[in-house]
Amino acid sequence: MSDIRNSTPGGEDYEPQISATGTDAVGLAAGGSADPLPGEDKSYSQGQLVARRFFRHKAALTSMIVLGLIIVVAFTSIGTGPIPGWWPKDYTLQYDKIGDGAPTWAYPFGQDTGGKDYFALVMRGTQFSLIIAFSVGIISTIVGTLVGALAGFYRGWVESVLMRLTDVFIVIPLLVVAAVLGKTAAGWGIWGLALVLGLITWTGLARLVRGEVLSLRERDFVVAARAVGTSSWRIITRHVLPNSVGVIIVSATLAIAGAILLETALSYLGFGVQAPDTSLGTLIDEYQSAFATRPWLFWWPGLMILTIALCVNFIGDGLRDAFDPRQNRTKD
Amino acid sequence: MTTLDISSPGSVAAAGDAVLSFEGLSVTFKTEFGEVHAVKGIDLEVRPGEVVALVGESGSGKSVTSMTALGLLPSNARVSGTIRVGDKVVGGLDGRGLRNMRGNDVAMVFQEPMTALNPVLTIGDQLTEGLQLHGIAFGKQATARAAELLAMVGIPEPERRLKQYPHELSGGQRQRVVIAMAIACDPKVIIADEPTTALDVTVQADILDLLRSLKDKLDTGILLITHNMGVVADMADRVAVMLKGDLVETGTADQVLNHPRHEYTKRLLAAVPHLGSGPGQFGDVAPVVAAPEDLPALDLGNLVIEYRRLGKPTFRAVDDVSLSVAQGEIVGLVGESGSGKSTIAKCALGLIPAASGSVSILGNDFTRTRGKELKALRRRIGVVFQDPASSLNPRLPIGDVIAEPLVVHKEGDDKSRRRRVLELLDAVELPRSVYNRYPHELSGGQRQRVSIARALTLDPELLVADEPTSALDVSVQANVLKMFTALQERYKFACLFVSHDLAVIDLLAHRVVVLQNGKIVEQGPREEVLHHPREEYTQRLIAAAPVPEPLEQRRRREARHALLAKLGEDVAELRVEEDYERPRPRQDEGGNSSGLGGLLGAGGDGSS
Repeated sequence: MSDIRNSTPGGEDYEPQISATGTDAVGLAAGGSADPLPGEDKSYSQGQLVARRFFRHKAALTSMIVLGLIIVVAFTSIGTGPIPGWWPKDYTLQYDKIGDGAPTWAYPFGQDTGGKDYFALVMRGTQFSLIIAFSVGIISTIVGTLVGALAGFYRGWVESVLMRLTDVFIVIPLLVVAAVLGKTAAGWGIWGLALVLGLITWTGLARLVRGEVLSLRERDFVVAARAVGTSSWRIITRHVLPNSVGVIIVSATLAIAGAILLETALSYLGFGVQAPDTSLGTLIDEYQSAFATRPWLFWWPGLMILTIALCVNFIGDGLRDAFDPRQNRTKD
Repeated sequence: MTTLDISSPGSVAAAGDAVLSFEGLSVTFKTEFGEVHAVKGIDLEVRPGEVVALVGESGSGKSVTSMTALGLLPSNARVSGTIRVGDKVVGGLDGRGLRNMRGNDVAMVFQEPMTALNPVLTIGDQLTEGLQLHGIAFGKQATARAAELLAMVGIPEPERRLKQYPHELSGGQRQRVVIAMAIACDPKVIIADEPTTALDVTVQADILDLLRSLKDKLDTGILLITHNMGVVADMADRVAVMLKGDLVETGTADQVLNHPRHEYTKRLLAAVPHLGSGPGQFGDVAPVVAAPEDLPALDLGNLVIEYRRLGKPTFRAVDDVSLSVAQGEIVGLVGESGSGKSTIAKCALGLIPAASGSVSILGNDFTRTRGKELKALRRRIGVVFQDPASSLNPRLPIGDVIAEPLVVHKEGDDKSRRRRVLELLDAVELPRSVYNRYPHELSGGQRQRVSIARALTLDPELLVADEPTSALDVSVQANVLKMFTALQERYKFACLFVSHDLAVIDLLAHRVVVLQNGKIVEQGPREEVLHHPREEYTQRLIAAAPVPEPLEQRRRREARHALLAKLGEDVAELRVEEDYERPRPRQDEGGNSSGLGGLLGAGGDGSS
């Protein structure tokens, strides 16, 4: 047996090199710009690798910071529940109007028709929109992944039942169900609305995950796991789902962005968050007629929706790239 | 049949002038991680009627070299040096000139005939396309010419075949169609990139016969790219050995294969398993120690496996197969694709049910075991698959991959599992540092070692290996086989070794089972089956397997032809009629091709 370290790129004796840009998978060491650390025999755990790749994705990193700022500001400025915030004004109180309510130092986002502080209102709306978006994202991802994974892995009658159920959910117009159920659920507060929206938006993900699982279950490593005597549940959770994490994450971010827009649409139609509480959609609905005369009443909530949705999408993009261990491949 | 004396069209001058030449060819790819120097200044030429074999392992740059001749490299490649095809300089041609050159002057035969042919077009459409594009024949004339081409490559009933789609043909026939397409416009040189790698050995022998007659009868130069030394010995006049983008050795087939000078060539040749030399090349196989009264590790009795198909009668993949593997014995299961060998392996692992018959592992009937007992039974079987890229979970580090069976069977704690994994890593000769690495960080051979380590984690009494070395380069295969024999000696597991490669089976197996169309053709001790085969099918298989020694291979080839003659079959060859007319591309018919000839000339002059 020859010395294993006697390296021939691409050949049997090839020793992979860890470089600053991740791991060199195809034997590019010969002409690569990478700086292999000689003598360094360190391996990175999956988590470290994901973090490294994620932080190299500039758009995702920026989005992460922006979204983090929005979340922090939205929740600390006016406070949540019993916890007071640092912003001195309350979103329910009416103040004396300064001029026509255009943004000033005292009211950075301006004032609405009745003299309420618009910054406080938008922050309250952002809080609600964020809560709905993330709960819907999480609920629909869990349901969709579970349905898709079970259908794809077990095939047979399990698949028939689950996929026909999915079809039923797909053919019902989303907005109508959301409106009808949302009206009822809004009575239980914002969490009710989030739950309902989550339970009707999982269908796309279920189909995607099923497709992914269908192809993964035929791969040799799954067959090998079965041959060892691994239980189906363990195969699904350890071998199949981790390999479809890319699809799941991208879909989850899309679901989050979609939920923000869905909530906006519902509130705009008057079926979502009810007064006296407010959400970004409700704000836009309320002040749509002011678009021409007092544009800030439209632009601030609009801008907030846009920023959040964009950030979430970028983060999803970055995460998908980061989770895929074949990202560093240049061949194929 | 004698060589036809046909003067070549176009401007190729006296015979002996190269039809394809590379001078100082160098290719660099720009990638995310900087530049990769794939080909580092090589010189090579192919003369008319000559086969030059370009040999090397994966990643050596041999395919890249051939692609430069067609001008078919991706846009991130930078090519320097001069490539001449006939009298044209490839670098000096524009898009139109290149298109005109491809097919007319240089044609390609690809590795995988299924993907090289378009599945939604008929064979006829695909053959006539080239003829019409190059203005050789149109309409009915083109169809007639296409039929003539199919007849030349030995496809029966060519008129009917023209209307068929690729999926209606067998793999060998598809490759013949690809060859027919390549010679359609009578190119001066054909580049054959692993033309037989995807084919069974008997089909491979036919295709090689066909290619050989092609160069004899049409005086075409062939650049043959392959990693199979047997194919080289069978075909090549001259051989060029490539290593990491450099040509390390060139010479006649006899020089390179019998008297290699470069260290790498020697190593490469030493790694090729020789059919007929028996075990010992990569370490001795331990004799079977099991006493006859011991239970067999695996016993298949009258096994039948059927696949149910929608709207069609069930397909019987395995028909009445009985075989047994004694403890500590390696049984080689040989057969061509579709013979049911992998199906039997899967059934022995309990992954597909038997339609009838019995599968018993150490006396326990697999078909009747359920639940906990089944899990306990699976504990005693290990498995190694063919493709190392797909048999390891890409999300798990190597340590977890190997420890997984222990976790599944709830054995030991973290510490003892870790100890076991490290022990196995030593056993398969991998550095302990791979413990935390991910599969994509390892090379193919290293991954296959991990795969073997995982199979051995639970100390199985039976190992099922489904083509474990087929996807590996030959030198890697040699190392893995060496390690495999050592491991078998140490752990004394029984093994069902599935392979299509008779030479590998000859190295390892105690007994050999030959399968054809789901039935056992012949089984018995290795020496008997492989060295003195009784059945005609086995004889054919063995005769078709090429050996890496030109003279020996010539003898074997002639013996095979004699065998085929005895069985009343034809040897595959190009059938060229006496009145065969060479197609004449349009630019030869006097400057009417919208200045194309002038354009080409200018391009050629410009850069030479």
